[in-house]
Amino acid sequence: MSTLVDYDDAVDRYDTVIGIEVHVELGTRTKMFDGAEVTFGAEPNTQVTPVSLGLPGALPAVNATAVEYAIRIGLALNCSIAENCRFARKNYFYPDVPKNFQTSQYDEPIAYEGWVDVELDDGSIFRVEIERAHMEEDAGKNTHIGGSDGRIHGAEYSLVDYNRAGIPLVEIVTKPITGAGSRAPEVARAYVQTLRDIFRALGVSEARMERGNVRADVNVSIRPTPESVLGTRTETKNVNSFRSVERAVRYEVSRQAGVLDDGIAIIQETRHWHEDTGTTASGRVKSDAEDYRYFPEPDLVPIAPDRAWIEEIRAGLPEMPAARRRRLQAEWEYADAEMRDVVNAGAVELIETTIAAGASPAAARKWWMGELARTAKQQDVELEALPVTPTQIGQLQKLVDDGAINDKLARQVLEGVLAGEGDPADVVAARGLGVVSDDGPLLDAIDGALAAQPDIAEKIRSGNLGPVGAIIGAVMKATRGQADAGRVRELLLERIGS
Amino acid sequence: MSTLSRDEVARVAGLARIDLTPEELDRLAGELDVIVESVARVSEIATPDVPATSHPLPLTNVFRADVPEAPVDRDLVLASAPASIDGKFAVPQILGEDA
Amino acid sequence: MSDLTRISAAALADALTKKEVSSVEATQAHLDRIADVEHAVHAFLHVSGDEALSTAADVDRRRAAGETLHALAGVPIAVKDVVVTKGLPTTAGSKILEGWVPPYDATLVEKIKAAGLPILGKTNMDEFAMGSSTEHSAYGNTHNPWDLDRIPGGSGGGSAAAVGAYEAPLAIGTDTGGSIRQPAAVTGTVGVKPTYGGVSRYGLIALASSLDQAGPVTRTVLDSALLHELIGGHDPRDSTSIDEPLPGLVAAAQLGATGDLSGVRVGVITELQGEGYQPGVLARFHESLEVLQGAGAEIVEVSCPHFTYALAAYYLILPAEASSNLAKFDGMRFGLRVVPEDNPTAERVMAATRGQGFGDEVKRRIILGTYALSAGYYDAYYGSAQKVRTLIQRDFDAAFGQADVLVSPTAPTTAFRLGEKLDDPLAMYLNDVATIPANLAGIPGMSLPSGLSDDGLPVGFQILAPAKADDRLYRVGAALEMLLETAWEGPLLLKAPELEIAR
Repeated sequence: MSTLVDYDDAVDRYDTVIGIEVHVELGTRTKMFDGAEVTFGAEPNTQVTPVSLGLPGALPAVNATAVEYAIRIGLALNCSIAENCRFARKNYFYPDVPKNFQTSQYDEPIAYEGWVDVELDDGSIFRVEIERAHMEEDAGKNTHIGGSDGRIHGAEYSLVDYNRAGIPLVEIVTKPITGAGSRAPEVARAYVQTLRDIFRALGVSEARMERGNVRADVNVSIRPTPESVLGTRTETKNVNSFRSVERAVRYEVSRQAGVLDDGIAIIQETRHWHEDTGTTASGRVKSDAEDYRYFPEPDLVPIAPDRAWIEEIRAGLPEMPAARRRRLQAEWEYADAEMRDVVNAGAVELIETTIAAGASPAAARKWWMGELARTAKQQDVELEALPVTPTQIGQLQKLVDDGAINDKLARQVLEGVLAGEGDPADVVAARGLGVVSDDGPLLDAIDGALAAQPDIAEKIRSGNLGPVGAIIGAVMKATRGQADAGRVRELLLERIGS
Repeated sequence: MSTLSRDEVARVAGLARIDLTPEELDRLAGELDVIVESVARVSEIATPDVPATSHPLPLTNVFRADVPEAPVDRDLVLASAPASIDGKFAVPQILGEDA
Repeated sequence: MSDLTRISAAALADALTKKEVSSVEATQAHLDRIADVEHAVHAFLHVSGDEALSTAADVDRRRAAGETLHALAGVPIAVKDVVVTKGLPTTAGSKILEGWVPPYDATLVEKIKAAGLPILGKTNMDEFAMGSSTEHSAYGNTHNPWDLDRIPGGSGGGSAAAVGAYEAPLAIGTDTGGSIRQPAAVTGTVGVKPTYGGVSRYGLIALASSLDQAGPVTRTVLDSALLHELIGGHDPRDSTSIDEPLPGLVAAAQLGATGDLSGVRVGVITELQGEGYQPGVLARFHESLEVLQGAGAEIVEVSCPHFTYALAAYYLILPAEASSNLAKFDGMRFGLRVVPEDNPTAERVMAATRGQGFGDEVKRRIILGTYALSAGYYDAYYGSAQKVRTLIQRDFDAAFGQADVLVSPTAPTTAFRLGEKLDDPLAMYLNDVATIPANLAGIPGMSLPSGLSDDGLPVGFQILAPAKADDRLYRVGAALEMLLETAWEGPLLLKAPELEIAR
């Protein structure tokens, strides 16, 4: 086995070409070809009909909404929409494929020949050419059970749940991506991230990576120079986080460089990504994997999308994420670096919603990129996975703006919200954190502080306002920080003046 | 047009996931060779100018509304399955599966 | 009331409506007949007496309560075992589905149940409808009621024999290349393959998706029309289903039964006669043409030159589609599972299950179809066959420009002996030479009796009509039936020998 070549060394001596296939599960209510309802986390095999179970006699029927979503994706990626396209059967035997063929689109995809601009970390734009976007169906899920806990005569076996079988997918295939050079891993990651943002903007999928809504297969090949013929590529399957996409490309470049340095040819193969070790490993070679015996699906009729319908969909497309980011940056008056940090942290929507809930752009950014970003980092989760909603942050900031709490209290309230104690107002009430706005208790505290420090009281009374802070500090201490310092000062001066 | 050898029949039977005994292979190779030779006639008149027909009637754009329907009764389905555990179909170990 | 099993479904429906008989009586009479003759005929794979009687009792109760019922309510029916029936075993004649009880009903079964027809049972067939003799059933042969040593046709030999032996007045068949019409021809019964898309395929265990069609199997043309109207019509679960109302089939049959065919042009297909056709078959065919002419029809000769390629195209398209449709029978989710020794993988279990669960003909066709679709062969085989399909459609288009209906003998021969063609697949395939073109083009076809050949066995007369003009079959068929039965002084089936009764 060849050794890995240091990445920087590898990209010095080799040119990287990548290609990415992204599968996105569409957020339709029902499956691609049957009315089985799709919700996350249902009991096994309860979201199936005879169609999605592949029972004898069952027939598929195309989900109109899935077709519309596929067209939306195609248009958003600047693709042409087919005048006429079909489904085909991709025949292969596998227990999680209930019919032992996948209904997919083969030589007639619904969308083809497009492009998407991808913004890299330094703000530069890289254009990725799209070859096609086609519709297909997802497979079921297998769980492997070892022989030791086997309940079938001690045998190794698998359990199959077909709830996922038949969920509509759109697969987006890039053309070979050249010219990225050493930034190929970053381009790959940014491309998948861009698609994820587009899917969400289009409302065609929740696009949650951690749920497998978006899955990427990454093709990598290297060659001596950009002028050389394309090298043999490997396909690394099911790379399911942005970071892993980047790491998988890096790893393959290093690995392939090592193989080529040893004078060995790259084998065209499927490789599996191992998240824990950050490596790829050779998949088993299936002898007949290449002979899928595609033929037009005889149980379905061709799709010839009406041109007027396509234009209607195009007209209804929302603003694309890149344009939207530019607009929001202008509206929010963020500096370029600030906006880039916000985007990289996945906080655009969070901040937008927070602002909609009443916070100023500056305040919203302060919360999400400050306190909350720190918390997310400590817990090693995405910002959006924190148990707090933008609306709650908006409410929190409003309490500060209204003077109901101060900044210090606000951080305590946030703690409570994150701990699941309810909305900010609930936490304030439950923890008794509200600013003491009733003058009675404040006056009592002021009187107490003046009595406790007669010298200072005397100085103030005589017109020397220098030591006022000491009294205010004592009052704040006595009220455990819940007093509004400005009000305390007013009351104190009134008291002394009277 | 190539003829269908015994080896070719064995390869195709593998693709079709059908175990054949050596006797079956011998017999099928002979029979299929005759049949293939006979059906290969189609290429005589299938000239490039003739379009292919995959559906008897020329329908397009047949869609279903995205509206849920009742699922099939899982207990009935699993009752007719060769093996099941905890609401899932139990199948023999799958080659190439990540454990 | 005469023997309830000998009258037509229409007559029985009439008697039920007039409350001259009950559905329980009619159903029981057929169950008794089944008990009497099944030992000889073996038309059924499963008899569902209790369920049938319960449906019958329910219909009787609803009729007594004055409910408005379907015209065929209470008339019992047999269903080919390729049709999925909730709660009733469904095997498609294959060992690989032994013991499978579907959790759902085919659309046509839903319609039958909703209309209140008691289902007597599931009828025998060639495994997965692959065959022309029912000898490829994994559950034994069905015997032709005219001569128990002969085949009842196939693949729907069970449905045709059940109707021919008075075990059921109505039956459901499916026709991919002649599986309704050819059994009808060799058993002296009536069978109709509707226009493709005319009857929902949802719940038919698919053989070849672009060719399969379910249809009626009966003893009279009118009965077929009644059943066709019941099971036909649009179904959103079948994307290839025609979203239009059916033409008036019963009305067309009633019109035809007046015996007047003035102005109807009948085209005789040159390529579907002559060599390979038994002289007795041709003789009856030509006599029927004279009868049609006598009724006022104009007879014209039409040529369909590409029909000589139909069989070859069919035996590529069918195996190709079947190889994919039958992939799901793998022992994972339902039916048979064969587990070889030594903790095998799923892959090996699938191959062992399919190796042992499928019969010879099924294996032959799956391997042929897999081969035809495999890399490097697609264009030469499947692709070319789809082009031949276009040429055959064009032949039909041209022919229907000259004639309102086209006619031919349904099958080249009368029923052959059991075992006679079992070892010669190509000879077996030739039985379907006259029925296959209709499936390739998606047009409707009917077979009805046209007399007995020199060997004393029934001969079938095939009528073909343009797509969606199924009514023409019924008009011409009913006219021919009425005129022939007048000449014969009764239905052809009266000439069949009485079966020996068990007990």
